[in-house]
Amino acid sequence: MSETAPPIVRFAGVRKSYDGKTLVVKDLDLDIARGEFLTLLGPSGSGKTTTLMMLAGFETPTAGRIELSGRDITGLPPYQRGIGVVFQNYALFPHMTVGENVAYPLRVRGLGAAQIADSVVAALATVKLEGLADRRPAQLSGGQQQRVALARALVFEPELILLDEPLGALDKQLRERMQIELKALHDRLGVTMVYVTHDQSEALTMSDRVAVFADGRIQQLATPFDIYERPANAFVAGFIGESNRFDGRVVNRTGDRLVVEIPGGHTVLAAADGLAAHASRVVLSVRPERVSLDPAACDNRLKLPLESVVYLGDSSRLVLALPGGGDFMVKTGHSPIPAGLVRGQEIAVGWNGQDCRAFEAAG
Amino acid sequence: MPPNSAALLAGGVDAGLARQVRRAERRRLFGMLALMAPSVVFVALLFAVPIALFLFRSIDNSEIRTYLPRTVEAMAAWDGQETPPAPAFGALAGDLRALGDSSAVSLLGRRLNYAMPGYRALILRTARNLPDPATTDIRAAMIAAAPQWGEAAPWAILKQQSGSLTSFYLLAALDLERGVDGAIHRVADDRALFVGLYGRTLLVSLGTTLICLVLGFPVAAVMAQAKPATASWLLMLVLIPFWTSLLVRTTAWVILLQNQGPVNKLLQWLGLIEQPLALIFNRTGVFIAMVHVLLPYMILPLYSVMKGISPTHLRAAASLGARPLRAFRTIYLPLTAPGIAAGATLVFVLSVGFYVTPALVGGPGDQMIGYFIAYLTNSAVNWGLASALGALLLLLVVLLYAALGRLVGFERLRVR
Repeated sequence: MSETAPPIVRFAGVRKSYDGKTLVVKDLDLDIARGEFLTLLGPSGSGKTTTLMMLAGFETPTAGRIELSGRDITGLPPYQRGIGVVFQNYALFPHMTVGENVAYPLRVRGLGAAQIADSVVAALATVKLEGLADRRPAQLSGGQQQRVALARALVFEPELILLDEPLGALDKQLRERMQIELKALHDRLGVTMVYVTHDQSEALTMSDRVAVFADGRIQQLATPFDIYERPANAFVAGFIGESNRFDGRVVNRTGDRLVVEIPGGHTVLAAADGLAAHASRVVLSVRPERVSLDPAACDNRLKLPLESVVYLGDSSRLVLALPGGGDFMVKTGHSPIPAGLVRGQEIAVGWNGQDCRAFEAAG
Repeated sequence: MPPNSAALLAGGVDAGLARQVRRAERRRLFGMLALMAPSVVFVALLFAVPIALFLFRSIDNSEIRTYLPRTVEAMAAWDGQETPPAPAFGALAGDLRALGDSSAVSLLGRRLNYAMPGYRALILRTARNLPDPATTDIRAAMIAAAPQWGEAAPWAILKQQSGSLTSFYLLAALDLERGVDGAIHRVADDRALFVGLYGRTLLVSLGTTLICLVLGFPVAAVMAQAKPATASWLLMLVLIPFWTSLLVRTTAWVILLQNQGPVNKLLQWLGLIEQPLALIFNRTGVFIAMVHVLLPYMILPLYSVMKGISPTHLRAAASLGARPLRAFRTIYLPLTAPGIAAGATLVFVLSVGFYVTPALVGGPGDQMIGYFIAYLTNSAVNWGLASALGALLLLLVVLLYAALGRLVGFERLRVR
């Protein structure tokens, strides 16, 4: 995918309101590159599903335009868009066999029987469901039904496939396996996929780019790495992964380095990356796994009373109390927790200023 | 770990466990039966038993044996040629004398009259002019009292009808009768009534079902797709007819649909028609009133099935390239088939039994089988024939249901 190639999908100033009072999607501008795997990530009600439904043609934008391969499709009915859609609850036709389900898009296109049969076999092979063509959807497991839905969306070779939380109903292990398969399928077919989810780990695992939605707007559109490591604002930092957040006041600023006073009178160092120059009240965010129990090597050091210890198997978590109220988490990785910790005991923690991001406080 | 569970883990079966499960199952079954017992008793006493008893009347033939016991016995050996031997005449005279002036004579006469017109008059006349018991030639005396006794036919009918069970009513319900010779043949065209009546009943019921389907399907579809608040309003509007008595509604149609009624006035005022339309006391009126009564029975099963169809199915069809009409035909319609089957069965079975509505808004040529059953039960007091007509109707409905069940699957006919 090249930066200069024309996008396959372009949203230009798209807004959507259901009641004429509140906007579910606010002035959305978004280019989707040909062949990419883009995830729309956000909490429910953030506008991500509405965006997908407008692209599929099931919802009409209140304003703005949507282009597919340079063609305005804003008012085009879904059956003329040629976009494959995989639905949350699979939406397989229960009165048809698996084979008939997969053949459906080819049959409505009036293809010949022999060609349909070949394509169905090929599509079922793509999703590793050979030999199940005569079953009914109800006789399949959730994972298999999901694969049928995928095969049905692939079989007519659309250039764009939309997936609306397709793995939401599967259990954790199956979900993780399907994520890998889906990504492999995307790489193999080279088709553009737009994926909606509220599961941030799903978004990070599969995507080329992630668009984080909140409040009807894209908060950040970036690669998974940047979304996690360089969140654009406090919402993204809080929504993706875990983070410790506390309020602070900027005391000094030199270039990208901030000195911030936090409740309790301590001052800490933080990175000002992207922070407005005039900002004075800030929210600091530091990831629990970047906090060390061995503060000697760190820029920032604090002593906080212990609330509880949570054992997670592959790691452990210490919950500490912040002076201004609220929790401060420490994730220990594989290093062992010191034995004999008691509640209320002061724990020395530390982290480096470059791992602590400052965002302008709201309001 | 107790040794027991170790054995279970290893795949061993604990005999005591099976017994415990059986006991628990039994307790549950008894509990269920106890809870259902009152309604089962109620239904059995007030529904199943009366229906069974009434159905039995279609083959019951106790009158002749009860009223003419000696005659039946005396005719047992008769070969059916000429007239029976003299003792039969004596027995008949004796039986009729024993009945005296009681209403039994007229009941007997009515029963025999079904089999042969004029028999009632014959019995009454004979009973009035019974010969002296002391007479020597009882045969001649009986023929003197009523000359027909000199012919074979009345005796043959009497013998033929003297069994304790009879096929007479069931045959009559099919416009068939047994001749004096015992062979089954069609009744004369001017007396043939019921086969045509069954045909008309089925035709009107089928028409009503189709109209209900055409009118009810869109309503149910709109209801199923409406927001919950709107849907509950629509549901109430659909159910309002249930809150009004059938008789009141039907009478209201009589007023609305008559020549000078509001419907015709409105159509004339709108300039759509010149002359008033004949909307009542004919087939049109029957359809209008019956569809009105039965429409909810079509809408409700359809609605309940449609409500279970996820709208994403239609979205999926559209995303796969199906135009709305094609998506409707290939996805929505097949998915609603169970509702169509259930609603159509319900409406059809109910219409087959209609009689008040056709009686009030139909013409003489629009009466259905139910009307005649009611007439035979209440006015003509021919319960045997009424019951035979009912039994055949029941059989017809069961056969149609079975045929439909075989065609579309019984699980689809259930009303959910």
